[in-house]
Amino acid sequence: MSASPHAAGSTETRQVYLFATCVIDLFAPQAGVDVVEVLERLGVTVHFPAAQTCCGQPAYTTGFPEEARKVAAAQLDLFPEPWPVIVPSGSCGGMLKQHWPRLFADDPARRVQAESIAARTVEFTDYLVNTLGFRLDAPAASGAPLRVALHTSCSARREMGTLGCGRALLERLPGVERVEHGHEAECCGFGGTFSVKHPEISAAMAADKLDALTASGCESFVSADCGCLLNLNLSLEKRGAALRGQHIASLVRARMDGAAS
Amino acid sequence: MSAASLPQADARVSPEDFKQRSHESLHDAHLRQSFRGAMDFLVERRALQFPDLQAFNTLRKLGENVRQHALAQLPDLLERLEARLTELGVAVHWAETPADANRIFLDIARRHAATLMVKGKSMVSEEIGLNHEMAAHGVECIETDMGEYILQLDGDRPSHIIMPAIHKTKEDVAAIFHEHIDGAPLSDDVNELIAIGRRALREKFASAKIGVSGVNFMVAETGTLALVENEGNGRLCTSVPDVHVAITGLEKVVDRLEHVLPLYALLPKSATGQAVTTYLNLITGPRRAGEKDGPREMHLILLDNGRTQAYREARFRATLQCIRCGACMNHCPVYTRVGGLSYGTTYPGPIGAIISPHLMGLQSTRDLPTASSLCGACGDVCPVGIPIPDMLMKLREAGRHSVAESITPPAQALVGQGSVRRAGEVLAWRAWRVLYSHAALYRLFAWLAPRLRWLTPAWQGGWTASRAALKPAPRSLREQLARRRAGRTVPGR
Amino acid sequence: MSGAAAEPRARAAIFARLRAAPDVEPVAVPDVAGYYRNRAAPSGESRRERFVRNARSWRAEVIETTAGDWPAALDAVLDARNVRRLLAGRGTTIADTLAARLPAGRLRWYDAPLASFKPELFGAIDAGITTTLGAVAETGSLLLWPDAAEPRTLSLVQPLHIAVLHESGLHETLFDAMVGQGWAARMPSNALLVTGPSKTADIQRMLVYGAHGPRELVILLLRDGDAA
Repeated sequence: MSASPHAAGSTETRQVYLFATCVIDLFAPQAGVDVVEVLERLGVTVHFPAAQTCCGQPAYTTGFPEEARKVAAAQLDLFPEPWPVIVPSGSCGGMLKQHWPRLFADDPARRVQAESIAARTVEFTDYLVNTLGFRLDAPAASGAPLRVALHTSCSARREMGTLGCGRALLERLPGVERVEHGHEAECCGFGGTFSVKHPEISAAMAADKLDALTASGCESFVSADCGCLLNLNLSLEKRGAALRGQHIASLVRARMDGAAS
Repeated sequence: MSAASLPQADARVSPEDFKQRSHESLHDAHLRQSFRGAMDFLVERRALQFPDLQAFNTLRKLGENVRQHALAQLPDLLERLEARLTELGVAVHWAETPADANRIFLDIARRHAATLMVKGKSMVSEEIGLNHEMAAHGVECIETDMGEYILQLDGDRPSHIIMPAIHKTKEDVAAIFHEHIDGAPLSDDVNELIAIGRRALREKFASAKIGVSGVNFMVAETGTLALVENEGNGRLCTSVPDVHVAITGLEKVVDRLEHVLPLYALLPKSATGQAVTTYLNLITGPRRAGEKDGPREMHLILLDNGRTQAYREARFRATLQCIRCGACMNHCPVYTRVGGLSYGTTYPGPIGAIISPHLMGLQSTRDLPTASSLCGACGDVCPVGIPIPDMLMKLREAGRHSVAESITPPAQALVGQGSVRRAGEVLAWRAWRVLYSHAALYRLFAWLAPRLRWLTPAWQGGWTASRAALKPAPRSLREQLARRRAGRTVPGR
Repeated sequence: MSGAAAEPRARAAIFARLRAAPDVEPVAVPDVAGYYRNRAAPSGESRRERFVRNARSWRAEVIETTAGDWPAALDAVLDARNVRRLLAGRGTTIADTLAARLPAGRLRWYDAPLASFKPELFGAIDAGITTTLGAVAETGSLLLWPDAAEPRTLSLVQPLHIAVLHESGLHETLFDAMVGQGWAARMPSNALLVTGPSKTADIQRMLVYGAHGPRELVILLLRDGDAA
């Protein structure tokens, strides 16, 4: 294994929780499997509380905070140990980190739980780059050169501040070249229920994003958010285009496989 | 040109038609391109003004502080402002509704037997439909901001609060001037066009009895009205006619004169990427003894029109911090694509979506708070720190919950509170809540859905108009992880 | 219903709603002075150089001259633009020099109130010249306080505005000027910050000068230490 977690000082095994998100659970499980695979190969013990469902964001952003509160409340008891809570999504991560404490502001007991989880919530790429100091060291063996575009979700950029983590992670994958695309900071048009309440506007935003990605000359694109990926990939499928995006964990795993072979 | 001959902007536009109009805009390639170009230009220009994020945040914090400080003591400041202005000889008028404000304008016009007003750019005058109302009573109210003048001649409406005519090309303007201004040659040279507009409006400035303006900031301490502009038409409107009538929203007051400075440092940079405008015009009362110009009579109309509704609830009060720079529009991916006219409101874009529900009620504006992917770009650039995405969410909630249905009921209902509530949507979220808050039930669902994925409908409403159908994966993550763990315990794997 | 009857009711209703609003957490008094104090001081060029650079970046023409030479510089400006009628205010610090220097036909005093002067002001004058209260180096802006001698329209209506500025009147920021000169206690009916000539970008974002105010702004900057 050429991946080198720079956690050499610690002999204790790293333990983390995975909050996998409802989107990954039902619609993009491979991303979740790859997250677990990557973390375990880096020596991290991953705990997946089986009772987890959803962070509550869809209802929260649509104007049904009480529904969101009930769903979020059902998650609060699932992370009792003081371990980091890894979220492979900037958007759901942002919900846990920024919005859960506000959701339970008037409920002292739950607020304490929510604040504890918020403080421990780490987005996947952030954890890899900043906690594990992940780097793939074997340029020759890590697979064919690949031009990849990075779509950073709006929540990752603004609520989790992980724009730099995604970029750093790609830099640490030998053979992978990150290409920029036009209006890179702009939203892909998903926006949860926005995409069904205003489908035409959402589609226009997605179409522009896909045009920009296509024009970038990338061979594939990655994101740390499966909401954006579903929006973009299913739009590409409808277009009949060959380009596809994948979760950044899947690319990391593939390059690790390349390095290990 | 008489008032009757001026084409009038369509007064029937309403935010209720947002979806239809945005549909049309999305399919207007020319409009899409011109908006994208204009917004990219403004975004880039703003970025050049704020190269250092930390410095921006420091200044923005101060701007936010100034606005919050003023709002926290709004009634006191308004009383002080009124007292100060009265001492200076300015008549202060209070208007609860657009109709009140128009009546005040008309009274002033009648008293002076005025049939012509020249007007500097004022979004609040758009809000009350001043031109239309005055025309209906035989008073011609001429826009003098070049962009607004072009639109007025054409019977069109502003599509951006700072650059009102960005949807017009120079060829459009050439045709409009040629048609409506006597003796205007058909020229698409921009210098020539502006010269034509300047000449045409000079006559109006020289002959109008009443000048109308908006206000950017009012200072309680000194009774000063601050106007920010590049063209000089605002100065002409407030210097040449015998009567100056200023109109603005009652939230625009600040405590002290120096409090204007951070706001002025933020406004043009955020709006057009200029460090300063050509003119910062500070007006403190009418013409004084011995002075040769400036208005002999001055009025200030303070409009409520829903602002006190936003004020009375802490969660909506930040809406009133706005200094009308338009940066949230320039950075909004939705606004960039549908354009300002789609909104059917005086204030379009993200800020419009949080102001308009207070001005017009939640029902007619129901599509505006949802017309956002909550990407957060607006909140990032707001120079006074208005949490626009949060407010959009709160308005979505207020539309869907009457006071009785709210968990933390507001003291008073917003106009149209609960009017967007639909049984189907409520039921869907209840079902979602039951499913996702009961682990056992969800586990069953997560087992079942992948196995029934062949039942997934190919048509999924708006989603599948531009996307393939969303289908559960063959096996859920939880199943795959469980299997993976089970496999690992098998000896000799 | 007349506005006069309705207004007190409107006022009362508005204040009743504002007063009924719940109190929010106290907000600190904004420390504007602290903000300006803490900003990094500009370095390198002198304040005059900074003013000149910034003013020029806004398309103002800055002519650096002296207390002795400015009348000649003014002549050159007027000749170059073929200015036949220059408008000025009486009784200002530059009035005597103007009267002595310019032929009577070329100089027109702003003597009458606007109402009677309007036709001539809007039709027969090429340029206006004013003094200034000072200027702001940070943005290249002039400070004007129009008054009885130099009315507001003197710097506004003509296509050319010429401003006489003493280097000693340069402030770093508008804040320095405002606080240093104690504006809040003595605001005039009109105070202006003027940065470059009038302009618009309302047609296709193309910048055009001379929208409604002066097309050209010429600043005669009288340097210190070169007193005549």
